[in-house]
Amino acid sequence: MTAPLISVQDLTIRFKTDEGLITAVENVSFDLAPGEILGLVGESGSGKSVTAKALMQLNGGNTVYDPSSKIILNVPGEAPLDVLSLKREKDMIQVRGGAVSMIFQEPMASFAPAITVGDQMVEQLLLHSKMTAKEATDLSVEMLARVGIPDPAKRFKQYAFEFSGGMRQRAMIAMALSTKPKLLIADEPTTALDVTIQAQVIDLMTDLVSEFGMGILFITHDLGVIAQTADRVAVMYLGRHVETGPVREVIRNPAHPYTRGLIDALPKLEDLEAKLTPIPGDIPSPLNRPSGCVFHSRCSVAMEGPCQTLVPGFIEPVPGHEVACHLVEQELRKGAAE
Amino acid sequence: MSDPVISAKDLTVRYQIGHGLLTQKSYLNAVDGVTIEIDKGSFFGLVGESGSGKTTLGRALLKAAPISEGEVIYQDNQVRYDLRKLSKEQLKDYRKRAQLIFQDPYAALSPRMTVRDIIAEPLEVMGLTKTREETDTRVREIAASCRLNLEHLRRFPHAFSGGQRQRISIARALVSGPRFVVADESVAALDVSIQADVLNLLKSIQRDMGISFLFISHDLSVVAHVCDHVAVMYLGQLIETAPTRSLFARPRHPYTKALLSAIPSLDPDDRGNTEKLEGEIPSPTSPPPGCKFNTRCKFAQDRCRKEVPPLREMAPDHFTACHFAEEFDFTRAQDDAPGLETA
Repeated sequence: MTAPLISVQDLTIRFKTDEGLITAVENVSFDLAPGEILGLVGESGSGKSVTAKALMQLNGGNTVYDPSSKIILNVPGEAPLDVLSLKREKDMIQVRGGAVSMIFQEPMASFAPAITVGDQMVEQLLLHSKMTAKEATDLSVEMLARVGIPDPAKRFKQYAFEFSGGMRQRAMIAMALSTKPKLLIADEPTTALDVTIQAQVIDLMTDLVSEFGMGILFITHDLGVIAQTADRVAVMYLGRHVETGPVREVIRNPAHPYTRGLIDALPKLEDLEAKLTPIPGDIPSPLNRPSGCVFHSRCSVAMEGPCQTLVPGFIEPVPGHEVACHLVEQELRKGAAE
Repeated sequence: MSDPVISAKDLTVRYQIGHGLLTQKSYLNAVDGVTIEIDKGSFFGLVGESGSGKTTLGRALLKAAPISEGEVIYQDNQVRYDLRKLSKEQLKDYRKRAQLIFQDPYAALSPRMTVRDIIAEPLEVMGLTKTREETDTRVREIAASCRLNLEHLRRFPHAFSGGQRQRISIARALVSGPRFVVADESVAALDVSIQADVLNLLKSIQRDMGISFLFISHDLSVVAHVCDHVAVMYLGQLIETAPTRSLFARPRHPYTKALLSAIPSLDPDDRGNTEKLEGEIPSPTSPPPGCKFNTRCKFAQDRCRKEVPPLREMAPDHFTACHFAEEFDFTRAQDDAPGLETA
């Protein structure tokens, strides 16, 4: 087993607000190996994006990381780096856009509107490598071609508004990959795209992983997209991981009631008659996080007692497949006793 | 059997682009000769990629986009309107009978109005209720059927989650007692766990109140679950329309098939089996000649580049606009068209 590319330990993120300290992410730990795609799924407000941004310290100035939180970046051939210990913006440059690149959800909002796409690509290359402007230009045009943008030399000189949605997202990917990052964070990269274009972008990303061998943290709310791309998946709810494991295992045998709920709520083409079952209630406000298991307020199988008071620990029904649920734990014990 | 609430014939919505002074005056057909019938009490799905004209079609049926050519007839038990020839009074009345639910529940609700005022506004503007008591009763009634309680009515929209906001938008759209409602991407902005809840609500409204819905969506799996009839749009035209079962059991247009196979499957072992559609939807300012899909269709022949395919009935009530629809067998087991070579 190779050393993980990035190792997140006990990450707890809180935000200072007028209403007090809000917990956005709580005790999240995960590893990501080179060449691996880890899917992070959850509803809006579950803390997926905040987790991802923490890897590059991109969260706002009111962010408080608990002292126990550690994000260790292991670039092969370099000393391990604790991202959260970096205090000065100057030091962040080796992480942001260097070892780690990010693709955002809305490609229109992420490109500067008044600078050509090409200039933006070249700018970051000059910042992160020792290339000359000429080399950077050549590489940028080549990357645009690699992601399937027709007539890249012409597109290089155009502005983001002249690109279609799918093309912008491709250009974003080309830009993120041109610095050869070790870790790519993709935050809902296909959500704003049509299904046909989404399929193209997913293909492109999986191809590039196998070619460049980087690790990808793939954030999405769409379990179908995860099933098609990720090797492992972590399901988040209200800032906590509730279930993690290999994609096949989690989707075929979801153990946590929340994961099961997400799968049941999904309309499936195989069975048009199946009733759509929503998860009852709404995701609670982070201002009043439920005690005990964070999901108990919406859980249909919540038990009196432990679910309301005790935070469930992780158990492994199958090696590699971790679940944080009292009920699963109880059943597992019962099974073992019999 | 055919008792349509809306029937459009050769409906075209045309916008002028370029001013004509220095630039050449040109036109764009956002909706291009669409003929469509929406039966009373049906849940009619309209799907297509962005830029296919589905929103514009929905708006034209509400008389919120200009009807440049063709005819749109609205008919319920009381009135029959030709939307191109509405008087001012009739248009006012039509606004009560036909309503719209928007996509983004965060943008659609005024942050400065209480939920009660938001829902009551259409009643007051349209003069449907005389007294405050009457308004309140009606608001409570409709709020209850959208599963909002009295407590909710006093609050402002910011206090609500996406799903609840969408229920408020639905209540606002229904309060005037419409017979026809256009739901434009009404669940696209919601999380899956909430999406199912709003879909079930819309379905129960359709069943209980007998309202006809035009459900616009880019998500075929959602449409498959809630709609009884589906129309697929591409570059302003209908390319396939059929009862939901028929369409999903056997799509006959290569575009419908491509849309279906682009939906990411939940089965991790199903990777890479999908056919990918190449390229993007062409600009509607310069649509390709012949079949508009020919630039992306892997079965396209010479004829497709010259002749526009008409909608032809391939199975009962199943219409497809493709020259070679007979030759495709897009059932699950088989993806190829035996008679045609892929180009």
